[in-house]
Amino acid sequence: MSQLPLRAQLASALGRTAATLSRATGRGDGSVIGGRVSLLLEPDLLRKLAADRRLALVSATNGKTTTTRLITAALRELGDVASNAFGANMPAGHVSALSAAKDAPYAVLEVDEKYLPEVLDNTGAGVVVLMNLSRDQMDRAAEIWLLAQKWRRALAGKPAHVIANCDDPLVTWGASTAARVTWVAGGQRWREDSWCCPECGGPLDRKGADWACRECTFHRPEPNWVLDDEDAIDPRGERWRLNLKLPGQANRSNAVIALATAEAFGLLPHQALPRLREVTSVAGRYTTVARDGRSLRLLLAKNPAGWLEAFDVSSAERPIILSVNAQGPDGRDTSWLWDVDYRILGGRPVYVTGERRLDLALRLDVAEVPFTLAESFAQAVAALPPGDIDVIANYTAFQAIRTEFGRAE
Amino acid sequence: MQSNLRIVWIYPDLLSTYGDQGNVLVLEQRARRRGIPVETVHVRSSDPVPEQGDIYLIGGGEDRPQILGAERLRRDGGLHRAIERGAALLAVCAGYQIMGSVFGGEEGQPVAGIELIDISSGRGERRAVGELAAEVDPGLGLPTLTGFENHMGVTRLGPGVRPLSRTVVGTGNGDGTEGCYAGKVVGTYLHGPALARNPALADLLLTWAMGPLPPIDDTWYERLRQERLAAVL
Repeated sequence: MSQLPLRAQLASALGRTAATLSRATGRGDGSVIGGRVSLLLEPDLLRKLAADRRLALVSATNGKTTTTRLITAALRELGDVASNAFGANMPAGHVSALSAAKDAPYAVLEVDEKYLPEVLDNTGAGVVVLMNLSRDQMDRAAEIWLLAQKWRRALAGKPAHVIANCDDPLVTWGASTAARVTWVAGGQRWREDSWCCPECGGPLDRKGADWACRECTFHRPEPNWVLDDEDAIDPRGERWRLNLKLPGQANRSNAVIALATAEAFGLLPHQALPRLREVTSVAGRYTTVARDGRSLRLLLAKNPAGWLEAFDVSSAERPIILSVNAQGPDGRDTSWLWDVDYRILGGRPVYVTGERRLDLALRLDVAEVPFTLAESFAQAVAALPPGDIDVIANYTAFQAIRTEFGRAE
Repeated sequence: MQSNLRIVWIYPDLLSTYGDQGNVLVLEQRARRRGIPVETVHVRSSDPVPEQGDIYLIGGGEDRPQILGAERLRRDGGLHRAIERGAALLAVCAGYQIMGSVFGGEEGQPVAGIELIDISSGRGERRAVGELAAEVDPGLGLPTLTGFENHMGVTRLGPGVRPLSRTVVGTGNGDGTEGCYAGKVVGTYLHGPALARNPALADLLLTWAMGPLPPIDDTWYERLRQERLAAVL
């Protein structure tokens, strides 16, 4: 990478110091505070740090962190890669990630959906990866149709190559102003936010994976890449058995998106796929921790679409602990619990905990799913016999559990 | 008293953004636990609204779906005919605003409602987001209303409706009242699962449709209500 101007060098260095101090004092991984310090000194730092690198930005409602990790793993085949691996996905986190890997010729940045236009403008990223949009923390997040509209405006007239999931109509609409798009049929499990055409509001007719508006010409583009159950099919029609260590259909979808993105950087599936298979756990998600003879698999689910994905990964024969909070990062409104169909949990021992356990308790009561209320996560674990247990928690509930079990990856 | 309860959920494809399904599920559960068989119809916005339902529900949503929903409901006319027949309606947030003469569109521009009840809405200055608690109109004999609001609407009540409640915490209609009712139509800004937090309001709708009801076990409803009310009052 070319030499940064002096002010930018100083800003970057002070930010790294702040991050180190934050870590040393046990306040966190330091990426947000470090980036904030840097941006105070040099507001244009993100643009300067991004210059002369090949960048991919990754945005979606769900799967951003995991897909960022998968793409990063693939691109390491080419050289050093800067990445905000811990999900600090706003500009301060981007500055930290790029400062921490000054000489990396590649960068893969997870970007909050709202910040995508700003980060794209600032970094001039060559590749933009868009996966899904669904309802999420509505008390503070923007409405998703407006988000897609902002994506359209941000992508129009730029040279960026977009990799987008054409099974999600709203993402397709958001991506379709881009100069160049590689369409990936990555699947769509949650469809409750896409019954209407984003272009004209007419009803969308669906037949299998295909969809088309009944009233205008908006329809699903022909995919270049397809996820077909366990396999990815590349643009040449070649089939690749994924065999990931990460579990579930959602991660296979993330992986086929990552393969398409890797190819935009010149990596073919036979080079990229072995790298994807090395990824086992992402920021503690899908990780298994042990306590008193119990083996707990930790699944993060932040919104209704995420719960469907977690249910897909979870094993029906295991007892399950559900933990729900409603702090700022979770969204203070628990209404979304009513968008999740919990009946799939019937027949398993279900423990309910977290700060908003009573919301979840009533939700399960109405769904006629028997459950036990636990005052704390530890109490729920102790109440279950030794063996395998699945845990699904939303954001701060998940972080609280990870803190209790140590932050080991 | 008829034997079956017919619930009609209007336009879940457009107006079901904040857990609105919860109101459907709560009504179904509270009817079933009293031995009343329930039949629920989900009416997509491309389909006609049936006129033979007992309780109609319409939920919240973003600006654009709200405008589309209002257009289609007006063109369809089924909801008006059902209410004239004596059906009950719970209209939530965006769905509540649609029931009046006018509401605010994406840029705050006035958009015509369906004129089912005597209210008019516009866009306020600030988004009202958070827990709400309100004392219900004594005419209805219900306990304190609790729930979550998330909207930019301001609603003026005309002489043809009564306020549903007076706010203690939160914004509601914007003038110290929250929601409204007229006949068997109830409107509220409490979005999503308002009935999960207010089972007595669910029972009021059920009573309007089915006549007097025996009590049921409300343990989990009550525990949640007490916790949420204690958190804000």
